[in-house]
Amino acid sequence: MTEKHNLPVAAGAVMSDEEQQYLTFLLSGEMFAIAIMNIKEIIEYGNLTEVPMMPEFIRGVINLRGSVVPVIDLSARFGRRVTEISRRTCIVIIEAEANDGSKQDIGVMVDSVSEVLEIPRSEIEPPPAFGAKIRVDFMRGMGKVAGEFVIILNANKVLSVDELSMLGQATSVSSTEQAEA
Amino acid sequence: MDAIQQAFVIESRELLQMMEENLLQLENSAGDPEIINAIFRAAHTIKGGAGVIECDFIIEFTHVLENVLDEMRSGTITPNRELIEVLLACSDHLGILMGCVENDALPSDEENKTSLSLRKQLQHFLGQEASESKEIVVADPNIQTSGGGEMETDNWHISLRFGPDVLRKGMDPASFLRYLNEFGQIVHLTTLPDAMPEAEDMDPESCYLGFEISYKSDADKAKIESVFSFVSEDCVINIWPPHSKLADFIQAIDALPEDSMRLGEILVQCGALTQSELDKALAAQSTTSADDESASQQEQSPKIGDVLVNQGAVTAEVVEAAAGKQVKVAQKKSLESQLIRVQASKLDQLIDLVGEMVIASAGANMLARRSSETALVESTSVITMLVEQIRDSALQLRMVQIGDTFTRFQRVVRDTSKELGKDIELVITGSEAELDKSVVEKLGDPLMHLVRNALDHGIEGPEARVAKGKPAQGTLKLNAYHESGSIAIEIIDDGNGMSREKIFNKAVEKELVSANQTMSDNEVFSLIFEPGFSTAEKITNISGRGVGLDVVKRNITSLRGSVEVESKEGVGSTFRIRLPLTLAIIDGFQVGVGKSSYVIPLGAVVECIELSEKDRADTAHRQYINLRGEVLPFVRLREQFEIDEAGGKRENIVVVQYAGQKVGLVVDELMGEFQTVIKPLGSIFKNIKGIGGSTILGSGDVALILDVQTLVALATVQQNRTAVAEAVKV
Repeated sequence: MTEKHNLPVAAGAVMSDEEQQYLTFLLSGEMFAIAIMNIKEIIEYGNLTEVPMMPEFIRGVINLRGSVVPVIDLSARFGRRVTEISRRTCIVIIEAEANDGSKQDIGVMVDSVSEVLEIPRSEIEPPPAFGAKIRVDFMRGMGKVAGEFVIILNANKVLSVDELSMLGQATSVSSTEQAEA
Repeated sequence: MDAIQQAFVIESRELLQMMEENLLQLENSAGDPEIINAIFRAAHTIKGGAGVIECDFIIEFTHVLENVLDEMRSGTITPNRELIEVLLACSDHLGILMGCVENDALPSDEENKTSLSLRKQLQHFLGQEASESKEIVVADPNIQTSGGGEMETDNWHISLRFGPDVLRKGMDPASFLRYLNEFGQIVHLTTLPDAMPEAEDMDPESCYLGFEISYKSDADKAKIESVFSFVSEDCVINIWPPHSKLADFIQAIDALPEDSMRLGEILVQCGALTQSELDKALAAQSTTSADDESASQQEQSPKIGDVLVNQGAVTAEVVEAAAGKQVKVAQKKSLESQLIRVQASKLDQLIDLVGEMVIASAGANMLARRSSETALVESTSVITMLVEQIRDSALQLRMVQIGDTFTRFQRVVRDTSKELGKDIELVITGSEAELDKSVVEKLGDPLMHLVRNALDHGIEGPEARVAKGKPAQGTLKLNAYHESGSIAIEIIDDGNGMSREKIFNKAVEKELVSANQTMSDNEVFSLIFEPGFSTAEKITNISGRGVGLDVVKRNITSLRGSVEVESKEGVGSTFRIRLPLTLAIIDGFQVGVGKSSYVIPLGAVVECIELSEKDRADTAHRQYINLRGEVLPFVRLREQFEIDEAGGKRENIVVVQYAGQKVGLVVDELMGEFQTVIKPLGSIFKNIKGIGGSTILGSGDVALILDVQTLVALATVQQNRTAVAEAVKV
């Protein structure tokens, strides 16, 4: 489960501006991109332990070489349906930063990873105010790749440790309330 | 902060700790020279260290402190309560100054003000006389002390050459001479300013002085030598007992860098030699040295011997060595106590790795068993055994004795009892009991709270005690001992105890219990740990606001420990804290629900029973069973955790206990106990209830560790609400 996919980065690529390189991946058929700066590795999906009483988008935890890493279902996080496990399902390990500056590895579940692309700044449009069906602050911009738009995600917002822990609390409270009803 | 500074701060903090302990001891055993010496040495080493890192504000401060201590050592000042008070304040203040060094900051104005006021107070103890006499000796090296007129024949002779770094290291040559007067009399003293260079070459911070002393004393040589033990490394010191062999004497004089002729005169003046002896020596010396290589030089000059170049070389080395001395001293010290300082983070990393190894070897072991190759099974089981041993010793590395934590309370007890006008003695036992460093660190606050509580509320004032027929001095005991894999810490006072009735009434008043409830003593006393509970009639600035004991309990519980109290009215109270020895590993009991595994801390498990067919049918609508005549409420983990998978044919109940209450947890499968390396779940899960952490099983899967207490609390709230909601519906 810790087998690494080799990121298809062109050898000798000039990394003058790392922000220009993005990992693209599919979530229920739609393509998203995320800056590769925060990405630590990509592993196959497997051996996930569910954590009870947590919101749906926190799928559980995995053992990443001895440390316990939470796994977020990105699709569920965007308020869409829960990701179904397939042969190509991957977990992208991203280093997220909390407000207090502490860093935590978070796994992000995606349907499949595509490739690492260079998207020049000139090819990135600001995100639309609505229409993408994703919270605006989750988007950093819209990249143009082969004539198609790719949503570039703002990893720090999508994986905000503070927000995730607050949502986790809200759920354990709401499940208490459900029990009441 | 560089490495030297860091070493200085760590060492100084230890010294300050020692100094504080010694000062407290001094208070009880007035004027014990051993203790005074120890205090002086501590202050002195700090000053020396501050000199090495060139930290002026500490040097300045310790200089005055050291002077006072030196006077104490020589008996000029007797340590009284008042002085010890100031010295304690000084030691505290030095602690603050260390903080400045640590943060690479200069002391704030306020801290400087404290420095100044403390220094003034110290000066007050020093008095005018002491500071004056010191100035005279240092300022005018040609002065000869009184008593020189008397000529004594059988005196010791001491030849002193102070090294150039003596002043820089905070030594005052004059204080050594003064100290000599402690157990003898300086009959004659000649100061040798010969080494003093021209004014422009002179470094005012260097010491160029030498002394020839004729000394009358009954003390033995070792004792006289011990006077100079602080400077023996930097200085050339020769001590001759009375009636030494003349030849040895002359030879040694030769070795000194001064003009020997002049020395000879001085010695005659000192009364160490008679004129005829000197003449004889001079003659003998010049004939025997004729074959010497440096004979020609000797014949030309009026010197008895050569100003030995060798000696000069040695001195240069001494100077060089002096710079690195502080570091060496530190090294020597750690060697002596057989300790190595290791950064805590490195240790944590090691323990993490060992934890990984335990998991990995368990995995390998499992695979080996599956392969049913005997040789492989055997070798992996050997590895597993070794790994477990490594883990045990790795965890042992983090173990520290609780003694240091306890001794810190000496000061607290002293200060607090003084403030309260009580006389209280602190008795410490079991200080060698060991527990994990991380536990010790977190134990400080709750312990402090309980100690203050005992001092303030527990132990009565002396009059009240005498009136009750108790000794006027109260006793507070801190005790620690190991008890089946955990450590118990007791805070015992012989004070007023607690009134069961008073607590019960208060609890009724606060609606914590109902008036007709029957409760055991233990249960009643446990009520004091409820939030907002305080029976103290008056609130002091030490305790009694009712915030506290609940915090103590919460802190202890968060360390997976427990706290209980025993009390007898009028006799005293005992608070007993039980803590696990380590936070990194627990004994766990693994259970299965559906496909998931959970770990219950074994300490909480009382027993496991199978849920019989009848019980299963009975409990469809209720959440309790009859356990040998007792009502046992339970929580179905499957329901609590909303696990969808269908249950197996069997269900088991794990009976767990917390806070004296028994609760059942219904699970599918019992998988047995194993050692659990706790892994934190990360900040995303910081608000989760019912789950305390996670661990990695031999298979590599993650299993969640249940937090029994919050899990049951959660279930209680939910069931109560459900019941209320249903009642409303009906």
